[in-house]
Amino acid sequence: MALKKLGSQTVKFHNPPSIISTYTIVGPKEGEGPLKDYFDFILEDDMWGQASFEKAEAKIQEETIKAAINNGNLTNQDIDFILSGDLLNQIVSSTYTARQLSIPYYGLYGACSTMTESLSLGAMIIDGGFADKVVCATSSHFSSAERQFRFPLEYGSQRNFSSQWTVTGAGATILSSTGDGPYITYATTGKIVDKGIKDASNMGAAMAPAAVDTLITHFKDTGFSPSDYDLIISGDLGKIGKSIVLDLLKKEGYDLSNNFTDCGVEIFDGEKQDTHAGGSGCACAAVVFNGYIYKEMKKGNLKRVLLMATGALHSTIINQQGESIPGIAHAITIDINKD
Amino acid sequence: MENMTNKEYQKYAEKKVPKPTYFKNMLMAFLVGGIICTFGQFIRNLLFKSGLDEKAVAGGTAIILVFLGALLTGLGVYDKIGKIGGAGAAIPITGFSNAIVSPAMEHRTEGLIFGVASKMFIIAGPVLVYGVTSSVLVGILYLLLTKGR
Amino acid sequence: MEYIRAFIVGGLICVIGQIILDTTKLTPAHILVTFLTAGVILGGIGLYEPLVKFAGAGATVPILGFGYSLAQGAIEGAKSNGVIGAFTGGITATAGGIAAAIIFGYIMSLVFKPKTKN
Repeated sequence: MALKKLGSQTVKFHNPPSIISTYTIVGPKEGEGPLKDYFDFILEDDMWGQASFEKAEAKIQEETIKAAINNGNLTNQDIDFILSGDLLNQIVSSTYTARQLSIPYYGLYGACSTMTESLSLGAMIIDGGFADKVVCATSSHFSSAERQFRFPLEYGSQRNFSSQWTVTGAGATILSSTGDGPYITYATTGKIVDKGIKDASNMGAAMAPAAVDTLITHFKDTGFSPSDYDLIISGDLGKIGKSIVLDLLKKEGYDLSNNFTDCGVEIFDGEKQDTHAGGSGCACAAVVFNGYIYKEMKKGNLKRVLLMATGALHSTIINQQGESIPGIAHAITIDINKD
Repeated sequence: MENMTNKEYQKYAEKKVPKPTYFKNMLMAFLVGGIICTFGQFIRNLLFKSGLDEKAVAGGTAIILVFLGALLTGLGVYDKIGKIGGAGAAIPITGFSNAIVSPAMEHRTEGLIFGVASKMFIIAGPVLVYGVTSSVLVGILYLLLTKGR
Repeated sequence: MEYIRAFIVGGLICVIGQIILDTTKLTPAHILVTFLTAGVILGGIGLYEPLVKFAGAGATVPILGFGYSLAQGAIEGAKSNGVIGAFTGGITATAGGIAAAIIFGYIMSLVFKPKTKN
């Protein structure tokens, strides 16, 4: 019997796991953005003394997780599992981070939805009684993503207005069976939704249908309405995806115009920083959540938040073979109260 | 969501994307492309003056422009020219040079054989494939069409 | 005067490319291939040569001119050495540019490191 299942895609935690520590590291560009005061550590050089962008990303994730463990006054032995993932092929940043930490590791691939994928699974593992402390983490790096998905850095091409800027950084959350919150109270797992968008420079439009599907399902499963939340925030839909979600939810009878935004819209100043449709990448939702949202909840300025990281599960190979880009979105309810 | 077909959604999403700044892009492409070609003309004249024939001048101009494109790519300047000039930076032979040099630099981290040498042509490789193929076809067609005469 | 002709013709060729970039889903790599092949065809049927005479570098510096040189080389090769010349002529005529791109690309990759954009 799935005692904790609610509706079609949601689980309600009986003993909601508590967030006891977070940490964020971001690159120099993110450190100049509107949320700069919320990040724990801002890099001056996004190579961080490493020989390649991939190694730099792994180091960023590793140092983020170490600092989150340290912040919680814990040691590696206290952690039961790491749940982490990233954008790179074979999720190398996460694997090479886990290699350094000797903590049991589940590697996840959910592209930019990884933050809520790992938080959902981490919360289920703890509420299921399989662990006391779990690290949920993810990272991305502008330059490692550019070379894997787009063009070499020194290649002289123009970015179109729908393109987004991959966030350099990493975020880590420590979930615990005990603690004084904020708590993860509900998790709605998304389905893959693919409306046939093939344009890899318009990820917001590729992901928006999945975001709409998960949001509607979440409201139906839990009985919540948008106004039950202080903030509903998606991962990296960008300006275009955000506007699509607002449009389509309105058609379905949900008004999100007052409390909905997107991490990718908030992290950069689009005009000044020339980021076109906004930020993207696994780290986008990760640093906005572990930096801005967590700290505002701790202060009591936000009481209940719906965080929904969104992923475009894009592979250049199958995209060149003519396939479209599947989208996914996982939502979690984070509440300063247990129920 | 279900009541929208994929085609309808794609059309709707297309409309959400802001249009490129057509006029500004065209103007910048014209200026950047024009300046590069004018500079090419300057090199051509210089080489003609030194007494080279047409073929040597064409080859020499290409080599010098390719070198300058490569150097500006190495210095991290050509990507900025490309961002401003768009096709005006891509279409001159300096852009061809940029398309070869930028992946070579980028993949230095994977070594000199599988990195630099094999990734050098990931963007410009098709140019050589189609260029060589079509030129051989032109040569053979020329032979076929002139044989009867 | 020849500088002005080079500027205007070279600039206009690039504007055509920009219009294609902005109104279609084609990437700069597609544009390079399309323009080069167009240059080979125009060169092959003799339409590009008048433009080279008129605009000089304005016609030879854009990648179309690279295609024109390939076609010219292949035709000249075919004239003097038949089928073998058709094979060798194109690359021979453009060997300078190709060799330069390879050698300078290799050198630059040793000397410089790519820089992150911001």
